[in-house]
Amino acid sequence: MSAVTVVYALLFYVATAILVGGLAYRIYKYAKTPAPLKIPTTPAPVTGFGVVLRMFREVAFFESLFRSNKWIWLFGALFHFGLFLVLARHLRYFTQPVWLWVYLIQPFGKYAAFAMVAGLLGLWGRRLLVDRVRYISAPSDHLMLALLVGIGLSGASMTFVSHTDIVSLKAFILGLIYFDWQPLPADGLLLIHLALVATLMIVFPISKLLHVPGVFFSPTRNQIDNPREKRHLAPWAAELERDRT
Amino acid sequence: MADFEVPDLKTYPRLPHIHEGVMAHSKPFLAKPEMQADLGFPGELIDNWQEVALDKMGELLGKYRSFQVYLDSCVKCGACTDKCHYFLGTTDPKNMPVARQDLLRKVYRRYFTFAGKYFPKLVGAVDLTKDVLDEWYSYFHQCSQCRRCSVFCPYGIDTAEISMAAREILDSVGLGQKYCNEIIGKVFKIGNNLGLPGPALKDTLEGLEEDVLDDTGVEVRYPLDEKGAEVLLITPSADFFAEPHVDGLIGYGKVFHQAGISWTMSSYASEAANFGMFIGSYENMRKVALRIRKAALDLGVKRIVFGECGHAWRVAYSFLNTLAGPFDFLDPRYPVPQHICEFTWDLIQRGALTLDKSANDDMVVTFHDSCNVARASRMGDKPGGQFHIPREIIKATCNHFVDMPIDTIHDSTFCCGGGGGLLTDDLMELRVKGAMPRMRALKQVAEENGVTHMAAICAICKSQFTKVIPYYGFTMDQIVSVHQLVSNAIVLGAKQ
Ligand code: SF4
Ligand code: SF4
Repeated sequence: MSAVTVVYALLFYVATAILVGGLAYRIYKYAKTPAPLKIPTTPAPVTGFGVVLRMFREVAFFESLFRSNKWIWLFGALFHFGLFLVLARHLRYFTQPVWLWVYLIQPFGKYAAFAMVAGLLGLWGRRLLVDRVRYISAPSDHLMLALLVGIGLSGASMTFVSHTDIVSLKAFILGLIYFDWQPLPADGLLLIHLALVATLMIVFPISKLLHVPGVFFSPTRNQIDNPREKRHLAPWAAELERDRT
Repeated sequence: MADFEVPDLKTYPRLPHIHEGVMAHSKPFLAKPEMQADLGFPGELIDNWQEVALDKMGELLGKYRSFQVYLDSCVKCGACTDKCHYFLGTTDPKNMPVARQDLLRKVYRRYFTFAGKYFPKLVGAVDLTKDVLDEWYSYFHQCSQCRRCSVFCPYGIDTAEISMAAREILDSVGLGQKYCNEIIGKVFKIGNNLGLPGPALKDTLEGLEEDVLDDTGVEVRYPLDEKGAEVLLITPSADFFAEPHVDGLIGYGKVFHQAGISWTMSSYASEAANFGMFIGSYENMRKVALRIRKAALDLGVKRIVFGECGHAWRVAYSFLNTLAGPFDFLDPRYPVPQHICEFTWDLIQRGALTLDKSANDDMVVTFHDSCNVARASRMGDKPGGQFHIPREIIKATCNHFVDMPIDTIHDSTFCCGGGGGLLTDDLMELRVKGAMPRMRALKQVAEENGVTHMAAICAICKSQFTKVIPYYGFTMDQIVSVHQLVSNAIVLGAKQ
């Protein structure tokens, strides 16, 4: 077993642990923190099912963003949907035998990488060119884009420029999953790609990528508009009532 | 007339470039030590303010999910950057919602997150210094908590929540805002924001009864503290004497009169507005709200109806049940509380009111959606009722109604520029500039559609507009109450 294989295997265990553990902690924290007041941005749904639909439109179509700014929506959608297809395509490295639908989307997944990178470059362009957005950008905002562009380009290069040894790669990944380590092909592009992905996994729970769980916990989007019908009381607010007549 | 430049509606850019620091000088007067004491806050800046501020921030992070989630979730996409009327009117980048949040977020990151503790430069985290604290005081008093930004943020991040938390932190270290805190103290001591004692209210209301009798020949009553009335009306204290507010109050009285429903106001709870919300203080907001519960119990009423007031309606509709409920002692057939527009619209639909629209023929009316009614509450039983019901009332009482451009109404409405505890003379520049987007929309319909009057259902909107509208070439009397239109059109006496 080469040193590279060992380093990458350990890296992915650590990255996965941080990603899963960090996110779980964050989600636990959000879930545990009460929302003491009803603050849905109205007009808001008056039923639970309505809230599910609102959230679905928000997550699947970026409804609020569409109303807000068509350019950010376009670039954001290109990136996120591109990423979604690319990730779905990657399932073929994790499943044996490969599921039929994963097999069927392969051609789309391949080109989705371009959509993803184009979206990212669009967002980056705005960050550099629009004075308002430039003003609110910290170095980490640029680095995050660089990281994602790096992942997209290194990945796409292996598909379109210089193929890597997919069969060995898949053996490596399945080996990680089943704790039966297999050698990782020492291909430069692949090593870069994997290192960047592991970095992304590690920074996920300590960065603005927390918007992924955050959106589901946003009280302005996930609350039912029924304060007159149903009394809403947080535990710490109920405490205040003990002395009340 | 002003010692600052009033935006010229003809030439002012739709999407201005940023100009750093142009509003850095804007800050409201500090609350005096006695005012702070009334609310349970330290009188002036305490010595260990940094420690207390950070503790308070930690406490709020555990108490408010919105605060925690919103500080974490912003991706700096920039979608909100051009949505705040204070940014559009001042061009100060710290008035962009995300930048306003960042004033607090950069401190949150420094002390509460891994990245900010170990890589502060990378993520723009900073220490909580006196300069940062002063900047909070300035810019969190340049947010009217109107929630326009929350409509357009892909995660619904509501800068109002951040502003409220920031003001709560500022109060906890002794930096209170005079306007809000003095007013809350008056409510605790006297019963309303303006500090009008019971006898003065009684006088005013008797005066109104005489005026209406002179005007119409009909004895319309404006009762105070009458036990056993069916409805308790809670209305902003500005309704008792300010123009055009009082014309709205006259209208409510006529509606009750025609409906034949007994009603009363309360001298103990003679204020609809709840400034506890503006300063983010659940405890103070709750104390103010409990006065309404007590008044309803003492007077033995069956229903609670709120007069025209924006932020008040938010607290009433969204929070009253939480803060002071349950209201199981009231008539369960009606929502608690009801908005006067819901009440009037219901009567109109049932044909219980005779309305002569021609009484308002001298006006072409448009309607200003008050921010907190539009984005933080509802009327009626369907989402969006808060937009349709006031408009239906206007259309039922006026022959000429025109809406302003679609991107400035409904939930895209612009705040009047004076909401959220900023309706004070020490913030005049901010108020005038913040009104710019609404003034531009009004100007457009005035020129294109001949609009002569703008109706509103909020005491703050009405006070703010009457004050700032002259800066933009309109006159004070172009602002009207919705129930003033009802008052003009309603035909008193037996139904024909
Ligand atoms: S729209 Fe929301 S996520 Fe985007 S910059 Fe503004 S607050 Fe942040
Ligand atoms: S709540 Fe209103 S005033 Fe405050 S930042 Fe958002 S848009 Fe501006």
